[in-house]
Amino acid sequence: MSSHPSDATTSVSGTTESASKATAKVLVQIRELAKAYQRDSQRIEVFNDVNLDIRTGEFLALMGPSGSGKSTLLNMLAGLDRPDAGSVVVDGLEITTMSNRRLASWRSTHIGFVFQFYNLLPVLTAYQNIELPLLLTNLSKRQRREHVTTALALVGLSDRAEHYPRQLSGGQQQRVGIARAVVSDPAIILADEPTGDLDAQSADEILTLLQRLNAEYHKTILVVTHDAHAAERAHEIMHLDKGVLHR
Amino acid sequence: MRFVRLVRANMFRNKRRTLLTVLSVTVAFFLFGVLRSVITTLDGVSEVGSEARLITSNASGITFVLPEAHAQRLAAFEGVRSVSWANWFGGYYTDPNDYFAQFAVDAETYLAMYPEIQISAEQVDAFLRERTAAVVGVGLMEKYGWRLGQTVTLKGTIFAGDWDFVIRAVYTPDNPSWGDESFLFHYEYLYEGSNGSISPGWFVLQLDDPDRAASLANRIDAAFENSTAPTKTETERAWQAGFVTMWGNVGFLVRAIGTAVFFAILLVAANTMMMAVRERVGEVAVMKTLGFQDRTLFGIVLAESITITLIGGALGLTAARFAFLGQNPMNTFFPGFAVGWGTIALGLFAAALLGLVSGAVPAFQAARLSVVQALRRVA
Repeated sequence: MSSHPSDATTSVSGTTESASKATAKVLVQIRELAKAYQRDSQRIEVFNDVNLDIRTGEFLALMGPSGSGKSTLLNMLAGLDRPDAGSVVVDGLEITTMSNRRLASWRSTHIGFVFQFYNLLPVLTAYQNIELPLLLTNLSKRQRREHVTTALALVGLSDRAEHYPRQLSGGQQQRVGIARAVVSDPAIILADEPTGDLDAQSADEILTLLQRLNAEYHKTILVVTHDAHAAERAHEIMHLDKGVLHR
Repeated sequence: MRFVRLVRANMFRNKRRTLLTVLSVTVAFFLFGVLRSVITTLDGVSEVGSEARLITSNASGITFVLPEAHAQRLAAFEGVRSVSWANWFGGYYTDPNDYFAQFAVDAETYLAMYPEIQISAEQVDAFLRERTAAVVGVGLMEKYGWRLGQTVTLKGTIFAGDWDFVIRAVYTPDNPSWGDESFLFHYEYLYEGSNGSISPGWFVLQLDDPDRAASLANRIDAAFENSTAPTKTETERAWQAGFVTMWGNVGFLVRAIGTAVFFAILLVAANTMMMAVRERVGEVAVMKTLGFQDRTLFGIVLAESITITLIGGALGLTAARFAFLGQNPMNTFFPGFAVGWGTIALGLFAAALLGLVSGAVPAFQAARLSVVQALRRVA
């Protein structure tokens, strides 16, 4: 069974922070979302009737066993995958009915994506990797440089701008990945197991960075993770299991 | 323009593979340049002759001669301004395999008939005055390092023995297709040296009116139809074109080889691009996640493919142009052989087309890639 929309928006009780969040506007509204895969002759239902509201400035963690549909839900939020039924409204826009072309354009301005394995382009330097999303904008070269420099400073890698991914540690690569996700100043950051490939110390640094992006820059963040310690850094932890979202 | 760096970075991702692909395209377009130039040179040669001159040769073939007495009868035809004649010598300088054309010509009438062969008036006089004198093409002078006034000895193959000539004139053709490696000397010298055993190989007739060439040719051949040496008369241009056809269907052969090479390289380039895109499926998926449009990715892959083939094509065509600039071994068989700008322009267009076709499928694959499936593969 899925969580009811009204339950989904219930904040962690007893904090001023959560009280203020309860009054924040709903940025993401997921309604009756359903998805199933066809494998040979077998139909595998991932989830059915998922409802969720995410308010501006929330930092949420989504946990669940492997194959529970966490990444699928994340992909639908990013407009990378389409549901069989239901709707995803982000900042007032219904994205499930958008064309692929419009979705790509929308994604470049609204979503920052952080991957488990960083997924940096090995032939580009840290600077060039971060600049990638900005190539899709109308910014001038000088403006792009300003944005990239700011993003590099934000993740503490100003001195690694000209380094290639192979010359960086895992933690540094993930910081570059985060800089790439925030460089175009999207409202939402979606992170799929962002600490899954990192040692404890690097993971801690990454989570601290995400917390900072949420607290100081008011980014709305949804992190999919298996790691309970990582999930604890979020304001709220959700569980997706057997197609049901618990909040 | 903002994706240029990305295209360049992708191109040099696997330097060795890119280099080998560029080299294979280079070799292919070097061949393209040469083969295409063979066709254009043959076309040029077939158009080099004048429509204002007729050639009368033996109806049985070019290897059969005509009686010298034909000259007077030919000159008597209305519309014929002057008559000259020539014969093939077929000797060699030092190496029997080193071929160049030598003609024994009726000196006074022949040079007057060919303004295309440019010689200074003093040198013409010097040539006409001396029976053993020769007129040599500037290319042949360069090839053998000969100089004006030098005596050179040719060994005869048809007309046995050593034949000494003094170079008294050097000609430059006004059209490269004329060739600048011919050797002309006095018919009389050959006549005397062979004890009068030769006859003209063909007659050249200068016409008053080129428009009447066809009817005049018919009249001439009809007049000699029942003689001991029937003739075949045609315009000089048609006669030259006949020589070109003696090469057989070289054009077809060259085009067939060129097409085969083009398709072979197309497969090489396509395979390279397929591999290049296949190994970066994850990256394409990431770029799509970042918001890159399908058409942008399509364009990036195509740009990479076209750049590789254009670089290879430009290198190959440039090498072909410089390899056959000025005097070159091809001039002997294909007078005026050179890789022209037209061939280079056509080659660059073909290179771009090659890049477009070879990159189209991988570019389409990249554009159509399912992000979710690709990300699952790299995760």
